[in-house]
Amino acid sequence: MSIINVSIIFLIAIFAVNIDAGVGKTITMDPCLESMKTASLPDLPYAYDALEPAISEEIMQLHHQKHHQTYVTQYNKALGKLRSALADGDHSSVVKLQSLIKFNGGGHVNHAIFWKNLAPVHEGGGKPPHDPLSSAIDAHFGSLEGLIQKMNAEGAAVQGSGWVWFGLDKELKRLVVETTANQDPLVTKGSHLVPLIGIDVWEHAYYPQYKNARAEYLKNIWSVINWKYASDVYERNNRDQTEI
Amino acid sequence: MAASTAVTANYVLKPPPYPLDALEPHMSKQTLEFHWGKHHRAYVDNLKKQVLGTELEGKTIDHIILNTYNNGDLLPAFNNAAQAWNHEFFWESMKPGGGGKPSGELLALLERDFTSYEKFYEEFNAAAATQFGAGWAWLAYANDKLKVVKTPNAVNPLVLGSFPLLTIDVWEHAYYLDFQNRRPDYIKTFMNNLVSWEAVSSRLEAAKAASSSA
Repeated sequence: MSIINVSIIFLIAIFAVNIDAGVGKTITMDPCLESMKTASLPDLPYAYDALEPAISEEIMQLHHQKHHQTYVTQYNKALGKLRSALADGDHSSVVKLQSLIKFNGGGHVNHAIFWKNLAPVHEGGGKPPHDPLSSAIDAHFGSLEGLIQKMNAEGAAVQGSGWVWFGLDKELKRLVVETTANQDPLVTKGSHLVPLIGIDVWEHAYYPQYKNARAEYLKNIWSVINWKYASDVYERNNRDQTEI
Repeated sequence: MAASTAVTANYVLKPPPYPLDALEPHMSKQTLEFHWGKHHRAYVDNLKKQVLGTELEGKTIDHIILNTYNNGDLLPAFNNAAQAWNHEFFWESMKPGGGGKPSGELLALLERDFTSYEKFYEEFNAAAATQFGAGWAWLAYANDKLKVVKTPNAVNPLVLGSFPLLTIDVWEHAYYLDFQNRRPDYIKTFMNNLVSWEAVSSRLEAAKAASSSA
């Protein structure tokens, strides 16, 4: 798949998810171009200490207020430059900006999903999924334990920075475990892939609390995984063609 | 092909050339304990396990690195071998009371190839700050020229045909305990307080000798 095609799919994915991710102010500009909405940092759906002891308050604060915020800020900056380049017909710059947009936009998209993938225990975090997702997991991975083991093994094996994903292939109608590097969203592994659960395995996601023990972090995070969100996304995306 | 400089061929976890608390307050003892004691140790231990019983067993780390890079389509042992090499090189790139401006021939060459030390500083800083995700920034020597390069994950200039002279680790584990997300502060601290220009100079001498005899 050419870089341009992947970039276009990626940009569409970013704009589509922006609606969930917290859409910010509209910037008006050259009337010849449509106005473009910038990104903003979504609020966490729970307090910073609500995921303890699985994920510490310190990590949640740094991760949300520093890392995610930086992705949002840099993504908006890159969008501003993209607007100018488009307005100038500077196609060489448009192409050159793709990697910055992918890094920072991907960071924003991925983290917006991640906060929803997590929930405090008293709000259902860690509670296993029901049908239809539960049966689908058993069919594809043998059991929920089987899925978790696969996620943890692949997450531990990511070299450097990246994510491990549990996703739905909408076209083939099957569940998958995939990893992506850096801030590449799941869609870069296949345009029909919908993320159900993503686990951040960048070191910033666990280092203050777990240091080098990524496997321990992966083991513990399941106690705060929000299976309800995953089920909702699964059901929404797994409808038959004949359904409305 | 570029030769390595003074990184041992045996799969040994060599301690840094200073006590683990010697770089305080710029790099904490706690960071060294985890970074050297856990991360670097794991690369060495895992490399030993990984090459056991394979054709790579008994080969030097340099050999393994060059033969598993595979033009970027990395073979399994590359990560552990390159990271073991990179970390030993990193400890030796620093010293207590280090940092600041070099002098003599090294300064002259930096001024020749970057127009000024300040321009080099900026370029090295930018490379380290903009290496996305995990990786390293390097001062390297090739074709009688100094240059700054940045590499992802475990990649190093050996596989790019250059002699590494200086490196900074920008994997998050290198700075997170001391600087959290503030990578630019970590880079500045490294440049101002930790760089061992003596190590860089002796590596440069070795690189020039190796080049001229090649």
